[in-house]
Amino acid sequence: MNKTEKMTTPVIQTDKLSLTFETNDGPVHALSDIDLTINEGEFVSFIGPSGCGKTTLLRVIADLEQPTGGEITVEGGTPREARLNRAYGYVFQAAGLYPWRTIEKNIALPLEVMGLSKQEQQERIARNLALVDLDGFEKKYPWQLSGGMQQRASIARALAVEPDMLLMDEPFGALDEIVRDHLNEQLLLLWAKTKKTVVFVTHSIPEAVFLSTRIVVMSPRPGRIHEIIDCDLGDERPLEIRETTKFLEIAHQVREGLRLGHSYDE
Amino acid sequence: MLTTLSKGSTIPILTITAAIIVFWYACVVWLNAPFERDQAERANAEITFSQILSKTMEQKRPVLPAPHQVIVEIWNTTVMKNVTSKRSLVYHAWITLSSTLLGFAFGTLLGIALAVGIVHSQTLDKSLMPWIITSQTIPILAIAPMIIVVLNAVGIQGLLPKAFISMYLSFFPVAVGMVKGLRSPDIMQLDLMHTYNASKAQLFWKLRWPSSIPFLFTSLKVAIAASLVGAIVGELPTGAISGLGARLLAGSYYGQTIQIWSALFMAAFLAATLVWLVGVIDRRVLKQMGMAQ
Repeated sequence: MNKTEKMTTPVIQTDKLSLTFETNDGPVHALSDIDLTINEGEFVSFIGPSGCGKTTLLRVIADLEQPTGGEITVEGGTPREARLNRAYGYVFQAAGLYPWRTIEKNIALPLEVMGLSKQEQQERIARNLALVDLDGFEKKYPWQLSGGMQQRASIARALAVEPDMLLMDEPFGALDEIVRDHLNEQLLLLWAKTKKTVVFVTHSIPEAVFLSTRIVVMSPRPGRIHEIIDCDLGDERPLEIRETTKFLEIAHQVREGLRLGHSYDE
Repeated sequence: MLTTLSKGSTIPILTITAAIIVFWYACVVWLNAPFERDQAERANAEITFSQILSKTMEQKRPVLPAPHQVIVEIWNTTVMKNVTSKRSLVYHAWITLSSTLLGFAFGTLLGIALAVGIVHSQTLDKSLMPWIITSQTIPILAIAPMIIVVLNAVGIQGLLPKAFISMYLSFFPVAVGMVKGLRSPDIMQLDLMHTYNASKAQLFWKLRWPSSIPFLFTSLKVAIAASLVGAIVGELPTGAISGLGARLLAGSYYGQTIQIWSALFMAAFLAATLVWLVGVIDRRVLKQMGMAQ
């Protein structure tokens, strides 16, 4: 049984998508012939070595980067339309909270840009801070919070827009492993609660397997999809699932895919 | 008591101050002695070293006045004089201060306006920046009389021409600092605002402007000192009758070195106070914004 058959509404579709950067050393093929469909409610991870285009692909979806070839639709329209509709919340590698704003003001930032009423802002701030377990920290400044808490606040900021999708670019890459485990668990709970489509970039195999319903293994030069692996571990995923045979099998499959797609002798 | 002193900067500062004073007195003797020897020679009198030593410190128009002479002069022209008197150093300092502050305000506004233009328009960036830099390579002493003369010709006199020269000197650090400050948000922060579909105005007020505040204050500290220099320089070519610059000029006309030095000290004290004041406001504002920990 395939997960993609259960969820049939595609939210992101690409067809022969490619992106070439012109540099002084000649063209760099960041993305080449990307064919990918991501359905509603999925949790899809892009994994691969640096230079494989995983972040670039996410940025194309978010309309932060323009493709040079092929087709892409996000929620049936162009990525630009999706951005203007605020269809996604983007979480960066660093929390990027504004140091001159308190936590609640940081979460209010996109809401102010959207022009929501003060009351609506307050409601969304409270709701989303509770969602990432940060209630009580409204009046704190970012430097008063740990790195993990800051990243949670930045997830709350992305969620406050109330988007259909979460685009996450190595959001836990800068955190230590203990905090990362904790946030991975919380993210799964959040995903279960909100039922949002999540596209997640990572270079950690255990993280990808633990979180995803599908894993897109990418390889560099040119940046392309090497293999798409279903990750059917079910909805209940305690941390201990990482010691089960099924988990290790998928992790092995991902590792093999990464090895085949990438020659380290280059 | 001693331990708290040794931990702070008090002892190093006092040591350097003492060294400077000793060096100064040595210079006083060295520079003023030739005059005393000359006098003695003319009078055909013998003069001992200890006589020279005491005389070099109480000349009326010494090459280099002794520190205590300067201190006495400052005391006599500040505390002992009515502040409205033309002989009061406080009065002259106030004249200079008023044009310093006016020029500083103009310079700050001009600097910020230029920086905003440069950051938002590539044309301005390319066309304005070379002129801004060139403007500061012209010696202010050369251009100050021109400014005074030209403004005078169109009927602008008094405070404004001097403030204009202060502005000429103080807009530069503000413009350069603010260009850097307004460009300080990194790509990620700009991308974030882009994902929110923020307008240019929102980007400016919510991200660029707050990011630039620490840069602004660093520039303001330089700018206020430059403003003071501008105001004093502005007083020189006008033959102004009041202001620290006028005191310096009058002092040099009549060989009143003690008066020159006391005016210099007043200017230095004024500059230090102004820079300190900007620093205090800097810390207050950053604390208010939550950026100082």
